[in-house]
Amino acid sequence: MKKLVYLMLFMLSGTVVQAQDFEMADVMRSNGQIYVVVAIILIVLLGLFTFLFTLERKIKRLENKLNDKK
Amino acid sequence: MKKTWWKILAIVLLVYVHIGGLLFAVPRLRIHETIRSLYFHVPMWFGMTFMFLISVVYAIRYLVTSSKEDDIRSVEFANVGTAFGVLGMLTGMVWAHYAWGLFWHGDPKQVGAAIALLVYLAYFVLRSSFQNQEQRARLSAVYNIFAFASMIPLIFIIPRLYSSMHPGDDGNPAFNAYDLDGRMRLVFYPAVIGWFFMGLWISSLRIRYRALNEKISETEL
Repeated sequence: MKKLVYLMLFMLSGTVVQAQDFEMADVMRSNGQIYVVVAIILIVLLGLFTFLFTLERKIKRLENKLNDKK
Repeated sequence: MKKTWWKILAIVLLVYVHIGGLLFAVPRLRIHETIRSLYFHVPMWFGMTFMFLISVVYAIRYLVTSSKEDDIRSVEFANVGTAFGVLGMLTGMVWAHYAWGLFWHGDPKQVGAAIALLVYLAYFVLRSSFQNQEQRARLSAVYNIFAFASMIPLIFIIPRLYSSMHPGDDGNPAFNAYDLDGRMRLVFYPAVIGWFFMGLWISSLRIRYRALNEKISETEL
């Protein structure tokens, strides 16, 4: 009897999990399209960081120039 | 502030966040893959709060020291904080369009955040309305304290008192609403830290630019 209750609980829990299983972009992941998106986002991101570094270098150069003048 | 290690740290963290945020597993919820927006939308508001916090600390310091540098720091951190806030608002609207059906839903969280941003926009309007540098610095430092004191209840307290669709509000603690489980924390916390350092970096560049500007105009006089 106890085993039967456990079995029923087990099956019920299975259906609950299935009911909560929402559709995700699994196809996009499995066929690798997502890597294209990741690569493109990383290029934009790294481009932005490079821009910040060059901006900082320009500011530093200007600071040095001003300090030399004094 | 001019050391590079924490800038590298910010870059490493953000590169990791953009890879992990798109590739790592997330809980399968009613909002499907858009749960990933949490990695990018929420750190904007964390960044804004941190930047405004630093800004108000320098505003208070200015009232004690009356040093021009503290005023410059205060305004530039407020600047970057506002930029974070605008990005948080725009990303939130896109997400709301998917999850709630409308870009602007008049949700207490949206309205509160919009008012808080307007309060900070008024700070910049106030600054530009003074000719005298000391007057501008002192009054805007006082207003900065008011703006920060109103931002906290507008974004973090009032939306929780009303029925809001935004997760974390309506009396719920923020982190359990979306079942921010261990997997998501592994990307979310680095995102917050990464954007925080990124905000510091951009602020420091703007502060140095402003300081240069001041120096040049002083030597010209």
